[in-house]
Amino acid sequence: MAATGKKVMVTVRKAPHGSIYVQESIEVMFIFATYDMDLSVVFIDDGVLALQPGQDTKGLGIKGFMASLGALVDWEVTKVYVDRRSLKERNIAEDAVIAIGKDEDTDAPIRPQVLDSAEIAAMMAAQHSIVSF
Amino acid sequence: MLHTVNKSPFQNSALENCLRLAREGDVILLLEDGVYAAAAGTAKSSLVEQALKRHTVYAIEADVKARGLNNLIKEVHIASYADFVDLVEQHPVHAWL
Repeated sequence: MAATGKKVMVTVRKAPHGSIYVQESIEVMFIFATYDMDLSVVFIDDGVLALQPGQDTKGLGIKGFMASLGALVDWEVTKVYVDRRSLKERNIAEDAVIAIGKDEDTDAPIRPQVLDSAEIAAMMAAQHSIVSF
Repeated sequence: MLHTVNKSPFQNSALENCLRLAREGDVILLLEDGVYAAAAGTAKSSLVEQALKRHTVYAIEADVKARGLNNLIKEVHIASYADFVDLVEQHPVHAWL
């Protein structure tokens, strides 16, 4: 595939461990990251549950994807957003959501940016394509 | 922008969540079990009735007919699969799966 530079968004709206959707969405993020695209990722509705801190999937016998999400910034997937209202509805603190990487200089965690509905709506309207999970 | 919703509003909040993020003038297309939202006189009819103030709303004819829905909210447009293709050609799409 040729480099496109197109604006592509991945939306994640499913809870993390009851189905394969979130796992697949992360695979797709990494695939898109290898192409020259303007990629953004938004967690909305139950998708924000994937960002809940302290998920431990050992008892389910699966590896989980916390490490993958924590490596997004390393793969230059930096435009990662989360819907404020969805977090609030699920009682997840905005500053507690899991980190998607670390600042190179300070080692400080980089977390998804929390946005309001109107900001997400405007961003969606600006995309060439949206891939939804 | 075209938003597609394929889940029943009685089972799932996909339509409500879609309507929260859809912008004025965006087009809403109901398909599969999503078409139940277009039925008139139900406990969930108000979702589409309110949406019609800001959006054009379509329901896929084959799905409406398959489910025997013969009393739809009257401002809802019926769309064929060919219409669906036209809509997808004309707008960027977000599928509220």
